[in-house]
Amino acid sequence: MGILKTQEVVYEYIRRDEEGNVEGITTAVDHVNLEVEQGQFIAVLGHNGSGKSTLAKHINAILTPTEGTVWVDGMNTSEENKVWDIRQTAGMVFQNPDNQIIGQVVEEDVGFGPENMGVPTKEIWERVEESLKAVGMYAYRKYSPNKLSGGQKQRVSIAGVLAMHPKCIVLDEPTAMLDPNGRKEVIRAARGLNQVEGVTVILITHYMEEIIHADKVFVMDSGKIAMEGTPREIFSQVERLQELRLDVPQVTLLAHELQKRGIELPNGILTIEELADCLMS
Amino acid sequence: MLRDITLGQYYQTDSILHRLDPRVKLAGTLLYIVSLFFFRNFIGYFIAAVFLALVIKLSHVPFKFMVKGMKAILFLLLITVVFNLFLTPGETLVSLWKFTITKEGLRTAVTMAVRLVMLVIGSSIMTLTTTPNNLTDGMEKGMRPLRIFKVPVHEVAMMMSIALRFIPILLEETDKIMKAQIARGADFESGNLVKRAKALVPLLVPLFISAFRRANDLAMAMEARCYRGGEGRTKMKPLAYQKRDRAAYLCIFVYLAVSIGAGRLMI
Repeated sequence: MGILKTQEVVYEYIRRDEEGNVEGITTAVDHVNLEVEQGQFIAVLGHNGSGKSTLAKHINAILTPTEGTVWVDGMNTSEENKVWDIRQTAGMVFQNPDNQIIGQVVEEDVGFGPENMGVPTKEIWERVEESLKAVGMYAYRKYSPNKLSGGQKQRVSIAGVLAMHPKCIVLDEPTAMLDPNGRKEVIRAARGLNQVEGVTVILITHYMEEIIHADKVFVMDSGKIAMEGTPREIFSQVERLQELRLDVPQVTLLAHELQKRGIELPNGILTIEELADCLMS
Repeated sequence: MLRDITLGQYYQTDSILHRLDPRVKLAGTLLYIVSLFFFRNFIGYFIAAVFLALVIKLSHVPFKFMVKGMKAILFLLLITVVFNLFLTPGETLVSLWKFTITKEGLRTAVTMAVRLVMLVIGSSIMTLTTTPNNLTDGMEKGMRPLRIFKVPVHEVAMMMSIALRFIPILLEETDKIMKAQIARGADFESGNLVKRAKALVPLLVPLFISAFRRANDLAMAMEARCYRGGEGRTKMKPLAYQKRDRAAYLCIFVYLAVSIGAGRLMI
């Protein structure tokens, strides 16, 4: 079994009105099956309300499924005594950089996870140093988080998870509140972790540009997995993506339009260079 | 502008006082304050003043920073002096129209003023040389014995440090909401007290909602990073007494013995 496996996962929450009466039941995640191998870079795509964040919260047992099972590294997330092991195996980075930094100094925040795990002091320092170096924030270790930019804060959050030595990191829309530069920084850091440290990365996002380098992409829509495949396979279905209210990257869209006008191009062009090369030849 | 506010007015520099264990500074400040209330003559105050001057010298913090702290209590100081000066019964020194200054009044007024000034300067040295973070750490460890009485020491310290972390964020947010409401025609500056208080409602409601949302997010992030209370937790920066801390304790006790000994002599 891979690092993550979900089987027929359903998550329902009950909507209540102001008096607390049940208004109805919303199925946020609807019979999702997916499998992730150790070391992969996975992207989960979907517009707002598609259930992607709810699914992400299942991976480190913040939520447990209403029906079905989630296994993280062979551990069932519904078993309560496994919760802390699961959270150690699958770390999570959230959307808002301000609301997940606990420490008042960068290095102290990165040390927070290992402190909770009861790691000896000397090893905490080693882990903090190595994690901060991995995301390129070592020079800022003595800074107050309030003095950092959004992208830097998110990299600190990633380092904080990395210091717990997880096998898998779930990034739940880590770039949604950042400017384009910050977004690039964070994605670069996430890719670095995946390639250099071999950590499995599950990136939840609604920015199409960020999934180009993924090994596998899952597209979610109203709680279900709507599409699944490599980025190229996904991007070759421009109409289907637009149906799912997702923005196709401009190059891909341009290539698609050119194709429709009869210019011969391969399907699913992802980068500007690729399109230029194809047009030149 | 709002983000420049720092709590506890820590002064960044390097000195032996900055490097001392926060527990030493907490205990030292407490003992120093207590000592001020034991003196019966001016020799005690003199020794305390000399000790204070030495500590200020050691702290490498410019004296004007401590004087700045005095501004906040200026009014209190004035009231204390005036009331003691004119309202203490006893041997009359000067009598002007309805006001009389007595010998005892003068003595109490001066004593109170000196006490208050030294108290404020003494405790400001602690906050000037200790980061808020260090201070909470020191409190957590120093108050650990209170756990026997079921005082949630770790939780209180954790809450304090989170509060400190979020003060600048919430200030910035207040600033943002304020500007947003001003842009929509809100008026925070004119009108009487009641009107102004009412004007704060559109500021406070969004601020509270956002604070609760942040608290919820933070709790989730902490749980995701395996936070489960103080049990079984290790420390990245554990507090351990060094040689200098023991020396500092010794200094404090010598000061206590000398000043209280001399200060209680009846001359």
